[in-house]
Amino acid sequence: MSAPYPTRWTRPPQIIKDRRWRIAVQVGIVIYLVLAMGTVEVNWTRVYEGLERGQRFVMGFLQPDFASRWRDISNGLVESLTMTLTSTVVGVAISVPIGIGAARNIAPVWIYRICRSIIAVSRALQEIIIAIFLVAMFGFGPFAGFLTLSFATIGFIAKLLADDIEEIEEAQAEAIRSTGASWWQVVNYAVQPQVMPRLIGLSLYRLDINFRESAVIGIVGAGGIGATLNTAISRYEYDSAGAILLIIIGIVMVAEYSSSYLRKFLQ
Amino acid sequence: MTDVTHHSQVWTYRTPRARLLLWGGWFALVALFVYCWQVMTAGTMWVFVWDAPKQAADIGGRMLPPRWGYLGELMGPLWDTINIATLGTLGGVIMAVPVAFLAARNTSPSLLVLRPIALFIIVASRSINALIWALLLVAIIGPGLLAGIIAIALRSIGFIGKLLYEAIEETDARQIEAITATGASGAQVLSYGIVPQVLPTFWGITVFRWDINIRESAILGLVGAGGLGLKLEASLNTLAWSQISVILLLILGTVVVSEWVSSKVRHAII
Repeated sequence: MSAPYPTRWTRPPQIIKDRRWRIAVQVGIVIYLVLAMGTVEVNWTRVYEGLERGQRFVMGFLQPDFASRWRDISNGLVESLTMTLTSTVVGVAISVPIGIGAARNIAPVWIYRICRSIIAVSRALQEIIIAIFLVAMFGFGPFAGFLTLSFATIGFIAKLLADDIEEIEEAQAEAIRSTGASWWQVVNYAVQPQVMPRLIGLSLYRLDINFRESAVIGIVGAGGIGATLNTAISRYEYDSAGAILLIIIGIVMVAEYSSSYLRKFLQ
Repeated sequence: MTDVTHHSQVWTYRTPRARLLLWGGWFALVALFVYCWQVMTAGTMWVFVWDAPKQAADIGGRMLPPRWGYLGELMGPLWDTINIATLGTLGGVIMAVPVAFLAARNTSPSLLVLRPIALFIIVASRSINALIWALLLVAIIGPGLLAGIIAIALRSIGFIGKLLYEAIEETDARQIEAITATGASGAQVLSYGIVPQVLPTFWGITVFRWDINIRESAILGLVGAGGLGLKLEASLNTLAWSQISVILLLILGTVVVSEWVSSKVRHAII
């Protein structure tokens, strides 16, 4: 005689199946939150005073002032845009040989190790930290920003390109190789056609990222629209800052839509 | 059978027309690059650029014996950094989930009004870096951890919202239909039809974003938002390069650990 069939059903747990583990995790989260909240010191009077300033910022965002600082804004924009394009081109040009070298199926082991470690270094360091060093070495201005973005591009493009080359269809490479092609011809006729559409897509995506980053590295002195924004905010000119932010959002939106359209067109 | 002899006997990869277009494209790119390069380097002081290797050697020399004694002072800021990242991710998740449900085509209550607004929130949050959010918030609510937490939260909305709404749009319509067929209300469909399907993805996205946030919160202090960046800024201002190398190594170590944790958790979930 089995128990009567239950009339109510509750959804079984989704992620952690064991009840004891679930309780332990929940208690752990609560303890952490209490500890963390305890150490966050908030000066509420300062926050309260800031609300009025926040309101002014929101007003500035809703009524952006493009005109009175237009010269600075357009200079910053030109620096950012040129920096973005040159650094993406140079970065991609350097990442292609590194990416080929970091693909295990077409490069010898020692080259593979060197290229993978270059990629690891470039990915581990944040743009802003690299920018601090390069500004200290090369002086203020967009040249340091250009070098920063190129360096960051290498880690991104070379890694994804290398992973892509490692996943190519081996049959095509085999077919080219069986005609007696040299290593160079294999890369040109078997690997390149398979990875080219994705490489172009990645480069366009990186162009987009580099523009966004160029707005940030200006804060530490590497030129571009970020420097203009930093000045506008520290002078409490919220209407100009709002205008700059709207321009950044607009350009990123245009870049995102046009790059996704271009990628569809190319594939 | 002499019809085809007028074709070239040598095989080429592309037709002449395609080759011409390709060369045109490359030429335009190179021309644009050269023009941009000219504009960008117009104000560059080349003296500083040629001087760079000497500067690099100088900085390297000052950094090299890292001042390990400084490490003790960094434990407080490290705890702050982890808190900024974790609490910021939490705040970001709380705000991103409703935005994602409004932005997903199959759950959005109004496709014409609310969905575009939700999509704009996602794009706006994604296109402004956490450092810029922090810059704004430090000016508005004053320096400190709270500005960093809110900055991280605002930045996370776009990332989590975008990935989550894509996951919601990819849910299996048959399961939702099955729940609806039992006479379930809207909230019940959400809870029994959609949530179970996106929950693993959701946790994966959250942990991934937490990992990214650890990296970002380490530098937020540069603009005054607390954490390790504050110490970095102080050391940079006093040109204490031997302390900077300690801070950078600590940031690197933290990033490696958080990446390890996040990849372990994601492997366990998905």
